This record gives sequence, C-alpha cells and structure tokens, in this order.
Amino acid sequence: MQYMLILNETAADFADRSDPARADDYWAGWNAFIGAMSAAGIVVNGDGLLPPETATTVRIRDGEQIVEDGPFADSKEQLAGYFVIEVDDLDAALAWAAQAPSAVTASVEIRPVMPPPNAA
Amino acid sequence: MSAAVAAVERAARDAYGRLVAILASRFGDIAGAEDALSDALLAALQRWPEQGIPANPVGWLVTAARNYAIDRYRRDGRAAGYAEDLRMLEQEVTGKSQEFPDERLKLLFVCAHPAIDAGVRTPLMLQAVLGLDAARIARAFLVAPATMSQRLVRAKTKIRAAGIAFAVPDPERLAERLPPVLETIYSAFGLAWEDFWVGATPADDLSAEAIFLARLLVDLLPGEPETEGLLALMLFCEARRPARRDAAGRFVPLADQNVSLWSKALIEAGDALLIAASRHARFGRFQCEAAIQSAHSQRAFGRAVPTGAIVGLYNLLVDRAPSFGASIGRVAALLDDGQAEAAASALARLPSERLRTHQPYWAAHAAVMRALGNHEAARASAEQAIGLSDDPAVRDHLIARFHLTDTRA
Repeated sequence: MQYMLILNETAADFADRSDPARADDYWAGWNAFIGAMSAAGIVVNGDGLLPPETATTVRIRDGEQIVEDGPFADSKEQLAGYFVIEVDDLDAALAWAAQAPSAVTASVEIRPVMPPPNAA
Repeated sequence: MSAAVAAVERAARDAYGRLVAILASRFGDIAGAEDALSDALLAALQRWPEQGIPANPVGWLVTAARNYAIDRYRRDGRAAGYAEDLRMLEQEVTGKSQEFPDERLKLLFVCAHPAIDAGVRTPLMLQAVLGLDAARIARAFLVAPATMSQRLVRAKTKIRAAGIAFAVPDPERLAERLPPVLETIYSAFGLAWEDFWVGATPADDLSAEAIFLARLLVDLLPGEPETEGLLALMLFCEARRPARRDAAGRFVPLADQNVSLWSKALIEAGDALLIAASRHARFGRFQCEAAIQSAHSQRAFGRAVPTGAIVGLYNLLVDRAPSFGASIGRVAALLDDGQAEAAASALARLPSERLRTHQPYWAAHAAVMRALGNHEAARASAEQAIGLSDDPAVRDHLIARFHLTDTRA
C-alpha cells in the first residue's frame, strides 16, 4: 500500500533550518531519516517545503478570487514536507513515520494514498 | 424449530467470530467478511432444511461466504486485488483437513489497534468477534442504535482503507499492543458492572461476553501474565455477583456481603490463574488488582481478610500503575487496616481541585472523617457523595450508612 507521510513542524523547527547554531543538527536528523527510507527502497516520492511564510492561499468565494498571504490554517504546526512510501500495512508506515525528526517536535500524519479509480 | 435451523444457529453462535476472523484476515475487511457471512447464513437457513445438514457445517459456511465475497468484490471491481487471497482460501476450503486456523487473535488486535478510536474498540470487538448486534451494543453504551451503527461502520471502513494489518504484533511490539486489547475487554466488563448498579436487564449485561473474550485471549496467546491477571480479576468480581444486592435489590457493600452466596468455584479458578501468572514474576496492573480481589475473597473460605497485605498491594498499584481509582482504593484499604490517620493524609495528598465532582472521593472522605470521629465533616462529605451519585441504590446505601449512624452519634 502507498501512504503519504505528512510531515508537520513547529515555528521553532522551521527557524532551526537557518539558525547557524542548530542547522547542522536539524539537517543531519532529516538526512538520516530520508537516507534510511531510501536505503529501504520504500520511497515513491517526496519533498521538503519552504516555510509557511512563503505560502500563498487562494480561495474562490461568490465567483471572486481571494488571494492571501500565508497558509490557510492558523495552527501551531505547519506542513513542512511529505513523502509517499510503499509498505505492507499501517504498522509499517507508522514505524517509519515515528522515525521522522518532526515526530518528536510536532507530528506526522499518515494517510493512505487514494487508489486509482479502477484499481484491480 | 427444525434440526437444520437449530444447526445453523449453533454454527453461527459457536463459529461466528472464527468465521469473521478467517474471512476478514484474508480480505483485510471486517465489513466485507460480515456481509459475506450473513449471506452464507441466510443460504444455510434455506438449504440445510432441504438438503440436510452438511458433515462440516463450518467448512460449508466458509465456502459459501467465500463465494459471496467473490461476487461482491467482482461487483465492486475489486476481485483482482483479492485474487491471491481467494485462491488460498479456496485451497483451504477444498483441502482434506477442512480445518481452519483460528484467526480470532488477529481480529482482537485489529479491533484494539491504536489507530482505532478508543471509544469504539470495545463495541467493535463485541460485534466482530461475538456477533452482538449494534442495537444491543448501543443499549449497553447508552447511545442511539443509529449512532452506534455509524461508529462501527466508520471504524470498519478505517481498518480497510488505512491498511491495518490482520496480524499478531511482532514480539517486540506485543508489549505495547497487548494493553489496549486487555483494556478493551475490561471496558466491556466495567460496563457490565455499571449496568449492574443501574439495574440493566440481564440481556444487556456484557460481563459474560467480556469473560469469554478474556478466556479466548488466554487460550490463543498463552503465557501472558497480564492476560491471566485480567481473566482472574473478572472471575473474582463475577464470583460475588449473587451477593451484591439484597433481596430488596439494595446495594450491599463488600464487607457486608453474605459470603455463602459467593461462587467458590470461580474464586478458585481466579486463584489458579493468578498462580500461573505469578510464575512470570512480572508486575502488571491487572494481576495486582486481581491479587487484591483474591485477598478479599478469602472470606469465602472462612479466613480473615489480610488487610495489611491489601494495603501493600495498593501501595504497589499506586506506585507502578497510578490511577485515581487506585488512590481511592488505597485510602479504603488503609481504613480497613485500622490506619485512619494514614488514610486521611493519603486523601489529603490527592489533587483536590480535580475531585470536587468525583463521588468515590467524597464517599472515601466521609468514611475517613467518621473513622477519625469527625461526624460533622463525615456527614457533609456523605451529602456531597449522595448529591454526585446517579445510582439510587448507592445513594440509599450512603444515606443509611452516614445519616443513621450520625444521628446516633
């Protein structure tokens, strides 16, 4: 089965990315996690994302396009990246998700990828 | 009722959980398994009276259910995804032995998987493993039948969609996955206990189902001390059932119960389980609680209750598996052991702001105050406890115990 690991981070995590005192540890943690998944051959695809302040949100309301600065949801945790992995079952996906650095500081949501409409 | 119809009913009752588990573990789909099985049971009701009862009723039902499952998955365009599972099932069905592995253990772990909302784990287990209908489960959980059905459907959909594996967890994961299974079973029993106070009908009493599930777990996963502890705990409680209310239906506290009404056979069965569990020398909450109940049960054999030992067990419980109930139980144990001052200071150390609406706290407080000779405070606390109790039998008991004594004091 394919699962998306939806990697959330806190504002402090995002700040660590460019903090000279902490960036090395931050990236080392992610590189180790991504390296382990790659070595296991389970990664279908995935990306890190730039911080939420680079986000732009668009909505259509009453036929009018509303564009706003920032992410739609105002919450303590923000989307920081994602991976789609191919593993046997939820427990296997959980075991990988639990190794993500952001599982410690924020959270990882695990969602099954929707199968194609005529999945045989 | 014809012999054939009786045979269908017997097969359904004896083998329901086994059949659902066999089918669901192949398809990763509880709802699909239940649908296929009910189609198969309907077919049996039509055909067995005409064609005779098959030599292997369970094998017949699995074959029929498998065929209905194939039809259903074909209709949904999902058959190819299950081709391998169906082929394996076919081999098992047509194989000589006609014996199926017992997959109910996998089903128990799926129902109590941490990815399933804790509130629906017990209902799910009652339905999938025991075949209880949603209406009866809804009555026991005090929700509308439609609400319960909806929750069960949602949970089953989640299991299939999220790809929760029908598997017994690896040994290294078992330690974290077994406790939710035990909690789920105990919650059915706890509910039965509460039902008892509010006078639910026997048909809604889930204690027998909980005991069945615990026994199943002991059989299928032997050598787990906490599993044995849980079953022992429930057997000790069950042993006292006939003594918990008097002839007028009034609540009878443990100390006042007529021990000749207790079931010695159940107490002995509980003790045997506890001894087996103790060989593992591994502390566990359920073993500890069972040991406390075993100590109370000594009265059935004309022996004094070892109150000091009970205090020791509660100390262990509060230390290793802290809970509010354990703390209150420890206060009561100290009182029984004649340590009223220690009971008062243990009670005073509890976080009071969280306890203002907690009936057992006030009942314990009243008992402690009375033991210390502070009858005014005892009466005030008893009134708090009475005001917080939903159960008329418990209210009557508190009124009798405190008001009458206090008037005499």
